[in-house]
Amino acid sequence: MLSVAGLHLWRGERHVLRGVSFSAVPGECVLLTGKNGAGKTTLLRAIAGLLDPEEGQVQWRGASARSTRDEFHSELAYLGHEPPLKGDLTGRENLRFSIGIRRAVSAADIDAALTRTGAREFADRAVRTLSAGQRRRVALAGVLLSGALLWLLDEPTTNLDADGQQLVATLIEEQLGRAGIVVAAVHHPLTLAGGKLTQLELGAR
Amino acid sequence: MKAPALEVARLVAARDLRLAFRKPSQLLQPLMFFMIVATLFPLTLTPEMSRLRDAAPGVLWVGALLSSLLALEFLFRDDAQDGTLEQFALSGQSLTWMLFAKTCVHWLLTGLPLALSAPIAAVGLGVPAGAMWSVVASLALGGFALSLIGAISAGLTLGARRGGVLLSLLTLPLAVPILIYGADATHRAIVGMEIAPPMYLLGAITVLGVTLAPLAAAAAVRIGLE
Repeated sequence: MLSVAGLHLWRGERHVLRGVSFSAVPGECVLLTGKNGAGKTTLLRAIAGLLDPEEGQVQWRGASARSTRDEFHSELAYLGHEPPLKGDLTGRENLRFSIGIRRAVSAADIDAALTRTGAREFADRAVRTLSAGQRRRVALAGVLLSGALLWLLDEPTTNLDADGQQLVATLIEEQLGRAGIVVAAVHHPLTLAGGKLTQLELGAR
Repeated sequence: MKAPALEVARLVAARDLRLAFRKPSQLLQPLMFFMIVATLFPLTLTPEMSRLRDAAPGVLWVGALLSSLLALEFLFRDDAQDGTLEQFALSGQSLTWMLFAKTCVHWLLTGLPLALSAPIAAVGLGVPAGAMWSVVASLALGGFALSLIGAISAGLTLGARRGGVLLSLLTLPLAVPILIYGADATHRAIVGMEIAPPMYLLGAITVLGVTLAPLAAAAAVRIGLE
């Protein structure tokens, strides 16, 4: 369903991605590992279409993700290093606007997602007063609410406590159970109870 | 189910308005700049009303243009920094509509207040009371055109580390026609001539801006996000 073929990408003078290829089917989680600077974030951004690879192609449902960009993006949720939240809005407001532009969402849906990620008790505080881990929980609620089939997660467990790390693993398992696809860049190994797990090491020569 | 484009634009506008009212200082800065520039001129130039009146269109429009450049830096910068602009680009929705909504709100919060407060500065420059409505109308219309054109440059300079200077250099050549017709409209209003001709031209530039600028800005932002 998602296939990446021969991706080459330069950042300035550096040849970061040297012919990366992999594919993922529904219910599969691809873990991107590798040292700092191996190109994990670059690969995720290239898949999302935020970076333009010099060579190679990303395909979604058999068509080039580039030429069917809007359809591809409506099925994709991307969570980067920094949770994409406005500091001056509350967690709940952030979700209402960021999910609202993707699909119609009710207050009850938002509440349920916030409860699921353990972010409900601080959802009405301005995001700038929250800790990094709390922000990540709000952002994870956003990924959950997006209803996307393909999740691209960049270091999803950063700043989270032990409970939170377990939560991420559970959320990924559930996403795989819904026949979703997860591509996650990780530093710490992730153990999943169910679903197909593939590991892709970047920067290995 | 995908949200319709107009609903998306409304949500983006509502979000930006809410954010602006939580942090008003950022919006007051360009307005203060304009007021200070426009009120310092009478003090330094001459106390003679007739000569001030000749300089008034230039002072008001140069002040408005520089103030709009100052405000443009904030148009996409915060959203780019916290990653929400990236999420706009990845939402599968029309980025053009979202940026158009953002630009309209930007004008509503910077250009329009500037035009509405211009009479205070204009009185000091000897602009007759009868010309005030025309001054406000020309600055409001010209300000909208400036915001639209500026959105393209703001998008293009997103990736640049010191975007401010580049932003001004990119915007100024495109802003010159607006400056010329706008100042002409204000001058005509002051001397009691018909302001329609330059206003039509300003209107034409604005219509062109409404049609093309959001498209160009969306393309620019996608490049700027790389």
